[in-house]
Amino acid sequence: MERNQMHKHIFLMRQSFFDQGLLDEQFIQLEELQDDANPNFVEEVVTLYYRDSSRIILNIEQSLERNPLDFNKLDNYMHQFKGSSTSIGAKKVKAECTQFREYCRAGNGEGCMRTFQQLKKEYAILKRKLENYFQQSRQAGPSETACRPRMN
Amino acid sequence: MNPSNGKGSMSTASSSAAWKAGDVVPDQFPAGLRVLVVDDDPTCLVILEKMLRACLYEVTKCNRAEIALSLLRENKNGFDIVISDVHMPDMDGFKLLEHIGLEMDLPVIMMSADDGKNVVMKGVTHGACDYLIKPVRIEALRNIWQHVVRKRKNEWRELEQSGSVEEGDRQQKPCDDLDYSSSANEGNWKSSKKRKDEEEETEERDDSSTLKKPRVVWSVELHQQFVAAVNQLGIDKAVPKKILELMNVPGLTRENVASHLQKYRLYLRRLSGVSQHHSSLNNSFMSPEATFGPMSSLNGLDLQTLAVTGQLPAQSLANLQAAGLGRSAAKSGIPMPLIDQRNLFSFENPKSRFGEGQQQHLSSSKPMNLLHGIPTTMEPKQLASLHQSAQSLGNMNVQVNSHGAQSSSLLMQMAKTQSRGNILNESAGSHLPTLPSSIGQPIISNGIAGGVIGRNEIGDNGRGTGYNQVAQTSSMLSFPMNHTTELAGNNFPIGSTPGISNVTSKGAFHEEVNSEIKSSAGFVPSYDIFNDLHPQKSQDWELQNVGLHFNASQNANPVQGNFNASQNANPVQGNLDVSSSVLVHQGYSSRQQGSGQNRNISAMGRTMFSGLEATGQGNEQIMDQLLNNLIVDTPVRVKYERFSDTSSQNALFADPFGQEDLMSALLKQQQGNTGPAEPDFDFDGYSIDNIPV
Repeated sequence: MERNQMHKHIFLMRQSFFDQGLLDEQFIQLEELQDDANPNFVEEVVTLYYRDSSRIILNIEQSLERNPLDFNKLDNYMHQFKGSSTSIGAKKVKAECTQFREYCRAGNGEGCMRTFQQLKKEYAILKRKLENYFQQSRQAGPSETACRPRMN
Repeated sequence: MNPSNGKGSMSTASSSAAWKAGDVVPDQFPAGLRVLVVDDDPTCLVILEKMLRACLYEVTKCNRAEIALSLLRENKNGFDIVISDVHMPDMDGFKLLEHIGLEMDLPVIMMSADDGKNVVMKGVTHGACDYLIKPVRIEALRNIWQHVVRKRKNEWRELEQSGSVEEGDRQQKPCDDLDYSSSANEGNWKSSKKRKDEEEETEERDDSSTLKKPRVVWSVELHQQFVAAVNQLGIDKAVPKKILELMNVPGLTRENVASHLQKYRLYLRRLSGVSQHHSSLNNSFMSPEATFGPMSSLNGLDLQTLAVTGQLPAQSLANLQAAGLGRSAAKSGIPMPLIDQRNLFSFENPKSRFGEGQQQHLSSSKPMNLLHGIPTTMEPKQLASLHQSAQSLGNMNVQVNSHGAQSSSLLMQMAKTQSRGNILNESAGSHLPTLPSSIGQPIISNGIAGGVIGRNEIGDNGRGTGYNQVAQTSSMLSFPMNHTTELAGNNFPIGSTPGISNVTSKGAFHEEVNSEIKSSAGFVPSYDIFNDLHPQKSQDWELQNVGLHFNASQNANPVQGNFNASQNANPVQGNLDVSSSVLVHQGYSSRQQGSGQNRNISAMGRTMFSGLEATGQGNEQIMDQLLNNLIVDTPVRVKYERFSDTSSQNALFADPFGQEDLMSALLKQQQGNTGPAEPDFDFDGYSIDNIPV
């Protein structure tokens, strides 16, 4: 059945997120919070995350253009960004955040910029994939996602 | 969860306050727990809200600390627990934590993506009841109700217990299984303090969950009784149960006594530790620095905490610390209990601070009402405690020392508190302002004992009117009589004679104190200390005088008597180690105030307090609140801050009782004003008279 196939597809998609390390356990926590009262909770949170974090990304970008670099400020921004990313389970993004902060503490501007580029990339990839995932999930029907497979 | 709501035993307390009236039935607990979540990150906020709702809690979220505070203030009993992020743009999470602890005394859980040991430790020291690492899992949130219950239970116990409950009953369980994520809680010094937690008594938990914390105010009289009981039993043998029996105060629980005793012990220990260095009070007094030394470590924390919280301006903190550490030139002895502002308010630390000096004091003598007349907020009790500690100190050094260093700190504290409302944090302008004054006051009188006493007083002070009591109780602080002997020469003639209590004259007071102390009058050595510290700065040592008065004790006219008697400029000779600390505080505050007019200690005490209130206009309430909070929570949490610099000290002495003086002194100190620059707070040379009012 098409529907079944869709669900299967979605299921696999989701599984790949975990397998590829894009998402971690925290994402499952969010999924568990989703219920009939908030059927789109996860999507709402992720949307909120992207909206809010884009602001921080912008701040960081602007700060990286300064000369000399204010590592303290950068670190603060990144701390915020990392907190948000962590809360939705964005694993790879979080790893880049950690790396970035380390460069900040080391005062390595070059490292910061490199890492930041990488971070933005991962951030964009995840955004795209999640958007796709949510869209398909909605198409497939909410109740189907009820039997959410747990990440191993 | 807890079926028994009918325990009924929690009748006391305003239990209903705990839960909205008729709201959640204890049976449903913890469902309906009212949580306030504060986090600037909207994503986290939404997630947390959802998780908490899933736990069946009632959630209110806000993304700004200021908003959170105003929400809490508007709805005093509207929330049961607060969860706050550490890093927030508008206000540091720890600062918010302190505010909440002081003002509302709600359990606060900190959270952060930062899991570094330092940060977690900071949470602990600032009084957070737990620390969660982000990302927060729902399992971690399911158990947060335990913090509410624990807190209420402790309070309830204090209220209800009349000493019949054995401590053994209460086992402090690490609650590992209960608290999934509260790693920070385990071994938390705070929790360990609350040995009374009884996990096993679920029923009480239920009840306690409905109780509002009852607060025991350690008034001067009460403290005096306490001290008398302890002395009677002997400090080593004084156990809460027996003390409670001796005191025979209805409504007082063993828990109350136990926690108060702990503080007292710390105070004494502190005093004794200081005094050891100086055989004579003089020295100790004189060298404020010296005293600071030992205290510094203790206070350092406090100071830092304070600083962190903004209550203690960073520089002041540094000053204090520096003063404490650096100055101890000669007198390293008495670790004047730093009345950490934070301490004052947070009741948490305190014990450690005070306890030290106290042991010795306790053993000695009868409680001198050092603070007898201390008008300032110093409650007689506090004076007494100072006294007690002073006594045990043997050498007033403690006082002196602490005085030196502490006085500044105390002063600062006092000043801070007194800052007519703002002193408290010069920088921070915390709401505590009033509190300090009150706290400071008592502290001074007690000198070192102040630490403990401070607490008590603080509680009272909070009331604003409470302070006056101090003056009245006169007997309470009988400043360590024993010390007086040591004090020879140290300034606090105050000794016990009531006569001395007339310390109206600033300078005189010191003298009095010295003598008094020696004679074991209830003189409040602490006051002397301050005086000593600032030898002549008559800067408004109103407070100092006040402190001295207290020592004088037993007189109805507590402070005044002492001070007046000595009206000479003698600097308070060291014996006021204890009192000096107290005094210092007082002086400090008074100095700060700049008014320093109240030479009349008794009046001063009152004035100080009132002055504070006046100045603090508005602080009163805060102070009251704070004090109430403080008092209720724990026995005096007075934390003696050390006055880092002489200037501050001078300021203290200068205006013995004027709260303004203290405040100004404190302020000055903070500003680094060289002012009296009395580096050498040798009580010997200290003359109260010199203190300019």
